[in-house]
Amino acid sequence: MSIVLKAEGLTKEFKGFVAVNNVDLAIEEGTIHALIGPNGAGKTTCFNLLTKFLQPTAGRIIFRDRDITRLSPAGIAQLGMVRSFQISAVFDDLSVLENVRIALQRKRGESFDFWRSEKSLSQLDDAARGHIDDVGLSEFINHRAAELSYGRKRSLEIATTLALDPGMLLLDEPMAGMTQQDIERISALIRRIAKNRTILMVEHNLSVVADLSDRITVLARGEVLAEGDYEAVSKSPAVIEAYIGAEDE
Amino acid sequence: MMALTKNQALEPAKQPSSIGMPLLHKVIFLVLLAFLLVLPFMVYPVFAMKVMCFALFAAAFNLLLGFGGLLSFGHAAYFGGASYIAAQAAKVWGFTPELAVLSGTLAAAVLGLVIGALSIRRQGIYFAMVTLAFAQMVYFFALQSDFTGGEDGIQSVPRGDLFGLVSLQDNISLYFFVLVITFGGILMLYRIVHSPFGQVLKAIRENEPRAISLGYQVNRYKLMVFTLSATFAGLAGATKSQVFQLASLTDVHWSMSGEVVLMTLLGGMGTIFGPLVGAAFIVSMQNYLATFGAWVTIIQGFAFVIGVLLFREGIIGVIARIIKRPL
Repeated sequence: MSIVLKAEGLTKEFKGFVAVNNVDLAIEEGTIHALIGPNGAGKTTCFNLLTKFLQPTAGRIIFRDRDITRLSPAGIAQLGMVRSFQISAVFDDLSVLENVRIALQRKRGESFDFWRSEKSLSQLDDAARGHIDDVGLSEFINHRAAELSYGRKRSLEIATTLALDPGMLLLDEPMAGMTQQDIERISALIRRIAKNRTILMVEHNLSVVADLSDRITVLARGEVLAEGDYEAVSKSPAVIEAYIGAEDE
Repeated sequence: MMALTKNQALEPAKQPSSIGMPLLHKVIFLVLLAFLLVLPFMVYPVFAMKVMCFALFAAAFNLLLGFGGLLSFGHAAYFGGASYIAAQAAKVWGFTPELAVLSGTLAAAVLGLVIGALSIRRQGIYFAMVTLAFAQMVYFFALQSDFTGGEDGIQSVPRGDLFGLVSLQDNISLYFFVLVITFGGILMLYRIVHSPFGQVLKAIRENEPRAISLGYQVNRYKLMVFTLSATFAGLAGATKSQVFQLASLTDVHWSMSGEVVLMTLLGGMGTIFGPLVGAAFIVSMQNYLATFGAWVTIIQGFAFVIGVLLFREGIIGVIARIIKRPL
């Protein structure tokens, strides 16, 4: 198996505080890789570094043998590595259909056409409907995204992301704020979309992590504490120590 | 919850998404056009032309604020800048009116491109301040340089012959020239808002980090919308200089930048027809309350305060909310 995404010596300093310190990561093609750790461990910072929303102080990031350390966040999305956000990220004032179409539009590269009518976008509708159907939102297709429940917003976000057909997905706490019912639905969806993709996710819900991930990296105080499958990681004394009092959230 | 998915027929689509111009908008545009065709025979044509120029200016500004989510506080630079260039073109270079307006508009486009490129990296209040700073530079340039005539401005700009053929001396023929420009300009702005580009713009306004994560280089879109907005503001300013046969410091002064914000907010930012209503309201007030002198500004401020307190979405915004349709 080959390595899709690799970080070497990744470091991020904020004024006088090291949030991420010399982290090495290697994500294998076709796996679901989870990044876990107690609050303040640097998971989200790490995530923002990998997706270029933050610029690392030191270290290198390599995606499919290409150094992306200096690329813009939009640039890495164009390479096929797309992220989600902790709080649901939909375009509130647009309809469900339009939300998904925004992703499809970018792939077609006609998005600067300010002289063209919106009608030209209707040829994307069929593809968009397919993605919306996949996440079970067909009946809401003409609703404004703002009107959807929280769980459905997250489904819409996933549909929009999948419309880009990215080879690699980075999910930032996909289960945050979800009901048990939603969690089962999204878990099934993630498992399904992971079939021909690589996924890196930050997640607090350990049962979801145990259930979904092939490999786990544990961060604490900005450093890698342990790495391996759930079995190995959960037995590591260092991990147990870091998680004391917080193991079962 | 999942079972309902199959039941698509349960709730018919509220509206057939937003493809094409909705019937309601078509009707409004047609009624507006019919009204504008008879307007010069009911009120003083120069007043009507002034309203139309400001309506286009406010609509151009609204493209940036309402749909791009960017508050520029220096739009007088493009409005006034274009009026100076158009006046100079008609008076000194001897251009025909349509070419004079075109050169003013192009100048505003270039100015917008340059200032936009330098300001869009800043956000929120910093963006507003940077655009204001550049607009003040344009103001002092207009005050100091030779061709702009300083305090006097460029006066007695000849009205000329359209395409070198049709005389625009007569107020009525000039009115129809202005009508074609402003109405056409507003229709073009409508198209921009409802284009593939407009969709991306709304997405950026709604959630910029998400648009970035989908692979959009958002700064390019912001620069594009800034330039387009400046261009149409310039078209409005250039046309106004032909109407009043004058380009003056008033048009590049910062208070003009404030006035267009006022018009847009009062009418309803992010709506299609709001800025037009706002512009008509403010210009009429200045015109019909002119006898009150300096009190007009105070009355205007009062109207603004009441407007913001009572209907934050603006006049048209409130109506749109009540009838539950975008206007």
